[in-house]
Amino acid sequence: MVDDTMLRADVRFTRGAFVLEARFELRSSWTVLFGASGAGKTTLLRILSGLIAPDRGRISLGQRVLVDSDARLTVEPGLRRIGFVTQQAALFPHLTARANVAFGLHLLAGEKREARVAEMLRFFSAESLADRKPGRLSGGEGQRIAIARALAPQPELLLLDEPFAALDSAARSAIAGNLRSSGVQVLYVSHDLADAWQMNADAIVLEAGRIEAQGPARTVLAPYRERVLEQLGIGAASELEFGA
Amino acid sequence: MDFQALALTLRLAIVTTALLLVIAVPLAYWIAFTGSRLRALVEAVSTLPLLLPPTVLGFYLLVLMGPRTAFGRAWIQLTGHPLAFSFAGLVVGSVIYSLPFAVQPLVAGFSGVDIALLEQARLLGASRLRLLRAVLLPLSARSVLTAAVLCFTHTVGEFGVVLMIGGDIPGATRTLSISIYDQVQDFAYAQANRTALVLVVISVAALVLLYSQRRSGLSEARRG
Repeated sequence: MVDDTMLRADVRFTRGAFVLEARFELRSSWTVLFGASGAGKTTLLRILSGLIAPDRGRISLGQRVLVDSDARLTVEPGLRRIGFVTQQAALFPHLTARANVAFGLHLLAGEKREARVAEMLRFFSAESLADRKPGRLSGGEGQRIAIARALAPQPELLLLDEPFAALDSAARSAIAGNLRSSGVQVLYVSHDLADAWQMNADAIVLEAGRIEAQGPARTVLAPYRERVLEQLGIGAASELEFGA
Repeated sequence: MDFQALALTLRLAIVTTALLLVIAVPLAYWIAFTGSRLRALVEAVSTLPLLLPPTVLGFYLLVLMGPRTAFGRAWIQLTGHPLAFSFAGLVVGSVIYSLPFAVQPLVAGFSGVDIALLEQARLLGASRLRLLRAVLLPLSARSVLTAAVLCFTHTVGEFGVVLMIGGDIPGATRTLSISIYDQVQDFAYAQANRTALVLVVISVAALVLLYSQRRSGLSEARRG
């Protein structure tokens, strides 16, 4: 399903010997961007978020054009309505969890801002963390607040760059479940095949800066799974559920 | 004890420090984050007063403020008196002389802030002003304090620039350092000793304030 809120991108980016050429559109509300380390996943997310500019290309989110190199158009990161959470929570250390979540809501009036912050803290079961500073949060708690902060301004797209890498599977499932129920369009980066497989979503495979495949995760990632199973000596025909 | 000189010195140090923070914060922000090729030149010029002998700096400023230059003539036309040998002239000289003491700690402080935090602020729609006010300055608070303390103490203790552009006018340009010089010239060593002690106390008090803040900051950081 492609509706008019989906992301479409066609970008080229070169740094030294590394060339990233990516042309794709998101076809579902949850997409895993899968690839080995160094494939260009983080670079692609940074381009989509606006933190770096592609050499050329076009990015649109729904009807809004975010980048069009031909028209010399580049929308500022803060105006793209794209949230970006990385493995490092990057919470503002001098602000409480509540103030971190409120940071992107500066255009809202006081009462509305407080209501939205409270809603986000409740959504991520983080009300008890509201008055703590990041130094007093665990890794999982910090990531919940980081995702709540990114989600608070109601982005149309949330980019997740392995934000659950340091979390156990229970914490990971809980946050992923929350995000799925929020309805926001997510592009989720992972270099972990088991993680990508379990997401049971659409997948885009990036290899050496190029998109090699796109489709349902269990179809697109099947060759990688077979390869790993063979390496483990389990056999391709095994019914073992990968990563379960 | 020359209380008039003490009051003038403190007034000069306070005005200079306040002006320097206003000037140095945006300048340090620009130096820390610009991609401009002019960065090295601007940083070099802002650091130059650190290396120039105060008398050299004072000489150039004296010439600049005098009627030989267009700037000096314009000032005289505007105010009716030359900028040199006035309190305003001392402020200008002190601001330039102490500029590196404000800019360098601030550049170091701003550059030390985790780039991931600045990127998150941008992603969350922060303007440059909000980035500075809500992220950079709070996270560089100790650098701001260091800059303020260094500017204040450096201005309190300056001699060469003040003498060159201000001379020795009681109540207008005679600071504590000049007063000590006068007292020594008059062989009034006991008086000079008392005046010097005041400068030592001011400097030690400022540094104790600075280091106690740093220590409490470290303790807080360790507590998390």
